[in-house]
Amino acid sequence: MERIRAIIIKEWREVFKNKFVLFTVSFLPLMITVLPLVILYFAGASDDFASISGADLPPQFEQLCGELSGGDCMLYYIVTQFLLLFMMVPVIIPMTIASYSIVGEKTTRTLEPLLATPVTTIEILVGKGLAGVIPAVLTTWIGYLIYAAGAYLMVSNMAVVSKLFDPLWMIAIFLVGPLLSLMGVSIAVMISSRVNDPRVAEQISGIFVLPVVGLFIGQMSGMLLINETFILWLAAALLVLDTVLFYFAIQIFQRETILSRWK
Amino acid sequence: MINNSPVIVTESLTKRFGEITAVNQLTLTVKRGEVFGLLGPNGAGKTTTVRMLAALLIPSGGTAQVAGFKIGQDDQDIRRKIGLLPESPGLYDSLSAEQNLAFFGAMYGVENTPEQTQKYLELLGLWNRRYEPVGTFSKGMRQKLAIARALLHEPEVLFLDEPTSGLDPQASKLVREFIEDLKDEGRTIILTTHNLEEADRLCDRVAVISGHLLALDAPGELRRKIFGRKVVFHLQEANQALVGALEKFPFVSEVQAVDNKILAAVENPEEQNPELIRALVNEGAELQFVGELRRRLEDVYLELMGAVEENNHGKN
Repeated sequence: MERIRAIIIKEWREVFKNKFVLFTVSFLPLMITVLPLVILYFAGASDDFASISGADLPPQFEQLCGELSGGDCMLYYIVTQFLLLFMMVPVIIPMTIASYSIVGEKTTRTLEPLLATPVTTIEILVGKGLAGVIPAVLTTWIGYLIYAAGAYLMVSNMAVVSKLFDPLWMIAIFLVGPLLSLMGVSIAVMISSRVNDPRVAEQISGIFVLPVVGLFIGQMSGMLLINETFILWLAAALLVLDTVLFYFAIQIFQRETILSRWK
Repeated sequence: MINNSPVIVTESLTKRFGEITAVNQLTLTVKRGEVFGLLGPNGAGKTTTVRMLAALLIPSGGTAQVAGFKIGQDDQDIRRKIGLLPESPGLYDSLSAEQNLAFFGAMYGVENTPEQTQKYLELLGLWNRRYEPVGTFSKGMRQKLAIARALLHEPEVLFLDEPTSGLDPQASKLVREFIEDLKDEGRTIILTTHNLEEADRLCDRVAVISGHLLALDAPGELRRKIFGRKVVFHLQEANQALVGALEKFPFVSEVQAVDNKILAAVENPEEQNPELIRALVNEGAELQFVGELRRRLEDVYLELMGAVEENNHGKN
């Protein structure tokens, strides 16, 4: 545990001195937290919402809103749209951190002395992984709490606000978020083990954000309804996927290959 | 301080990268407390050998033991017993010297890292710069910090890969002096270098490799084996009669007059010189002084490499 702790502290000391990483880690969550609040503010203030009746809404909204009125249901629908945006934070942040931390070790040639120590591959990957996952998860949680507090202040109907604390959001933020983070970090580790430029690693890793973007588009277009059952299935699938990905990340992190393919 | 017990034993150690054989059938033994030089041209397999012995690369063939542990079997134990200074210092630039050592102290499981950090940073003259980011350090300072890192856990065997490469003369001198101090402490050191004068000065024995082992012995012994021993007689005037006087001795294999000197190849100068001196004086030589022609390790190295090149040309 001491080695893992030392790796995490070292990573944070190093990575957060990189302005690009710091920008990505702070700007994205800030944008994802502030933008929905702005939209929510203007939507709440609009008279058009108050005039929406339940009959104006598609039938699947009934499942989402329950007893809420048409206007409140629409407001809640908007609130829920941003749930998936919040899910991007735990994927993108660890990918950025892990990409820079592993490829950075290669380019600065610090990996050889590190691999010459008794540290195990699992300790290195867990340390580097957690160094990406912890800030990502904390940022997501803090962003969610700010969003919930903002919604509490801006939305007059407490029934809508209380929906932000229902099991759907709790599972998404506190279970799916960390699982997505683990997925992001495992993918970044695998890619970083094979490339020599952190930007390349980050860009390739970025492709893996697309499924989350796809879910977002699916939900926005009404093709997909994110409800508790869906989110639980997603969590179960991610749990399996994370186990498989972490196993492959360890397999791909071949000390010898990494050392001899540097040049 | 050299103990005859072996600390490194390799037997036909081989490393292939695809079709390229970087190290071929390397068999050698390093004794405890010895400073052992690995010499050879670029691409000779020195770094690959060090990386195999440091349990960083898996050998393609042969066996090796380091500090009593088998490579490929007890790699974690080997990593605990060795310290490595790689070709590039490999330090974290944004971290301070102290943070770098604290991190590696944790990796090696050192219990008294702060004390060890102070010990080595003071020894290497970096204690006053301990809080500064390594990115601001000169090349010499970085190299010294990397040496401190390699010593932090008091390893049994220290691998130094080109420790003075790219350093200015003053920094090189400091690093060399530090290695001499380590040698006096009885550390086992494996040193790879292109600086043959440095190897001659620091190493108890050297192995000259070019993929495979070309020669292995103490620098002095290598000189003797390859060039024999030559005595130089400095005279008022050298002439053919004096050359003839020396050629009569069966133990003199070669005599040569150069300016006012006569060079004679003899087997055992300590025993045979008095006879030679007597013969020269009897022949009327005015002897000024006598010495032994000292060949540099570089001459030995170039001779061995020349033979390799000739061999390669012969094959082509």
